[in-house]
Amino acid sequence: MFLIKEKKILNQNTVSMTVEAPRIAAKARPGQFVILRGDEKGERVPLTIAGYDPAAGTVTVIFQAVGASTTKLAELPEGGMLCDIVGPLGRASELDGIKRAAVIGGGLGCAIAYPQAKYLHDIGASVDIVAGFRNMDIIILEEEMKAACDRLTILTDDGSNGRKGLVTDGLKELLDGGAKYDVVIVIGPPIMMKFVCKLTKEYGIPTVVSMNPIMIDGTGMCGGCRVSVGGEMKFACVDGPDFDGHQVDFDELMKRNTMYRDEEQHDCNLLRAAKELEHHA
Amino acid sequence: MPNMQMNKTPMKEQAPEIRRTNWLEVACGYTPEEAVSEAQRCLNCKNMPCVNGCPVQVRIPEFISHVAKGDFEGAYAVIRETNALPAVCGRVCPQETQCESKCVRGIKGESVGIGRLERFCADYCADKRPAPEKAAPKGKKVAVVGSGPSGLTCAADLAKRGYDVTVFEALHTAGGVLVYGIPEFRLPKSIVSEEVGELEKLGVKIETDVVVGRTETVDELFDEGFEAVFIGSGAGLPRFMGIPGEDGNGVYSANEFLTRINLMKAYRDDYATPIKHHRRVAVVGGGNVAMDAARCAARLGAEKVYIVYRRGEAELPARREEVHHAKEEGIEFCLLTNPTSINTDEKGRVSSVTCVRMELGEPDASGRRRPVAVAGSEFDIEVDAVVIAVGTAPNPLIRMTTEGLETNRHGCIVTEEDGVTTTRSGVYAGGDAVTGAATVILAMGAGRTAARRIDEFLSGGKSAD
Repeated sequence: MFLIKEKKILNQNTVSMTVEAPRIAAKARPGQFVILRGDEKGERVPLTIAGYDPAAGTVTVIFQAVGASTTKLAELPEGGMLCDIVGPLGRASELDGIKRAAVIGGGLGCAIAYPQAKYLHDIGASVDIVAGFRNMDIIILEEEMKAACDRLTILTDDGSNGRKGLVTDGLKELLDGGAKYDVVIVIGPPIMMKFVCKLTKEYGIPTVVSMNPIMIDGTGMCGGCRVSVGGEMKFACVDGPDFDGHQVDFDELMKRNTMYRDEEQHDCNLLRAAKELEHHA
Repeated sequence: MPNMQMNKTPMKEQAPEIRRTNWLEVACGYTPEEAVSEAQRCLNCKNMPCVNGCPVQVRIPEFISHVAKGDFEGAYAVIRETNALPAVCGRVCPQETQCESKCVRGIKGESVGIGRLERFCADYCADKRPAPEKAAPKGKKVAVVGSGPSGLTCAADLAKRGYDVTVFEALHTAGGVLVYGIPEFRLPKSIVSEEVGELEKLGVKIETDVVVGRTETVDELFDEGFEAVFIGSGAGLPRFMGIPGEDGNGVYSANEFLTRINLMKAYRDDYATPIKHHRRVAVVGGGNVAMDAARCAARLGAEKVYIVYRRGEAELPARREEVHHAKEEGIEFCLLTNPTSINTDEKGRVSSVTCVRMELGEPDASGRRRPVAVAGSEFDIEVDAVVIAVGTAPNPLIRMTTEGLETNRHGCIVTEEDGVTTTRSGVYAGGDAVTGAATVILAMGAGRTAARRIDEFLSGGKSAD
């Protein structure tokens, strides 16, 4: 059992959870992930590590309550217990040696992009962050991101924060303004990563993406997380989760990610119905 | 006077049409009367050929003679001396190629049902086990990586010798392939957890949620004061076929399919892990894992389940008993058939699998006749799921993170002739991590040998076995 030391509601359905897991905290590096399980009958949920503190022995994950399992996880209280947390899994991002980077985050992807930007900023690289959200109500980590880069651009799909646009618009503006990058790091929904990669390919900038496919064990056992990279089958959990964005088959990834949508929707509806009953009781 | 009946005393089984609809054990076990009667078939041969057929050298005639006298607890004690997991072995060992294949009674008629008797003893004594005897503590710590059959056996043997043993397991439940791979209807999970509980009574500590190679490296284990490490991390990396369409929705590795069902209990409504209830399923492969996957698919409610295997019936690597059970449950065997592509609809969901007929040519390196495709024989089987059960390779995490640990081109850990001593001092290995995918009992045999070697290594001399 693992203690939930701190829980913050970042917005309506996004939760930050800091868990006591000293072994994982001591080992974690940006880009790695953990798998956690709320209770004995829960699903194994893979989440990228959003922060870690070896001194305090804690790791932080940020997630959205979208499916039945994440909704149940989100209900666990501060001071409560997680049944399991295992990690750090996956290869750490290769960040050392990078001098100039653009870090692009889409929505919840910012929670994963942020530690990478922070690491780069801390080792003295120049970092620009471009973050995109659907609307201003779900912007997360604004202060943290600001402190981890030289220039922060936040865009919203609906323009509610005063800057309407997609992350590709923000990145293009920086590039056309003369910004030079050794690497672009993109983390967000597959469709966003796909279009950022398309753009950076035109500009000839190496681009790293972080995959978040369906998986069970996270140790190479199930093969559920297979992605096509450069026409070769790779397992995101042991070969990734970072890959060369110009080699990834995003269309395939998007199809695979829809695999359990019906079941998730069904479970989610059941959960919602149960809650309503509870409410009326 | 021995019981000269030619055939094994039959064991009750759930009827195929019933068991196809539930997850309860297929074979129901012997009653005490049946066990005594079967035990009386043993001739108690002086040279004990059966014992040589057992990788952990259970003293078979001795335990059977206890059973014949109705002394089931005495029989169980004899088995336990050399076998840490009798209830498991009695169910999943391929006795027909091991102990029972050497049985003199098998020359004319059927061999003694050694496996059935072992299972009976273990089940009979499940609630009558004496508290395990603990050896005087040696004050030396040993780490065991992986809680599958080899790790559990190694841990038990070391604990019995007085070592302070910690088992590290990557998943959230101990048991390795016994919990994620072998289905409930062949090996109830309560049996595995009882065996793990026995180990804990011996003083073995089990730490789940620790991935050695990630959470801790082998070197860090030594830094933390472990004086020897046993690696029993199994062959968990699934192989795919490299044919078009394997990225389709509805294509699973057998590992994924079985893990969702066995470890994550996706078939139960009270567990959260999702699983698709497919209508028509093709399982590619002919081993025990393929049979398990096919029979699970049937229990999930599939109307049609096919085994697609590129060689013939005689070449099926699965146990005869498993093939027989699968057929009884209505699994259809497409033999001498090989998939060439998996076809998907516009949403990426599996719609069919294109196969080609095969014929057997000259024997290959494995001694089995090599299957050759028959030109122009392509045909489609309509399915909405394909489970790939064509084998696994050792997990790469430990070899990627442990310097000085040599592996071969298949990723298997290289050992000395004893099968367990690795190229790194203080590091021993066994089971599928060394051999590639093999059986539970071979892994257990390796676990025993490794415990002996580790004892020698840490006590600087020959181990008293």
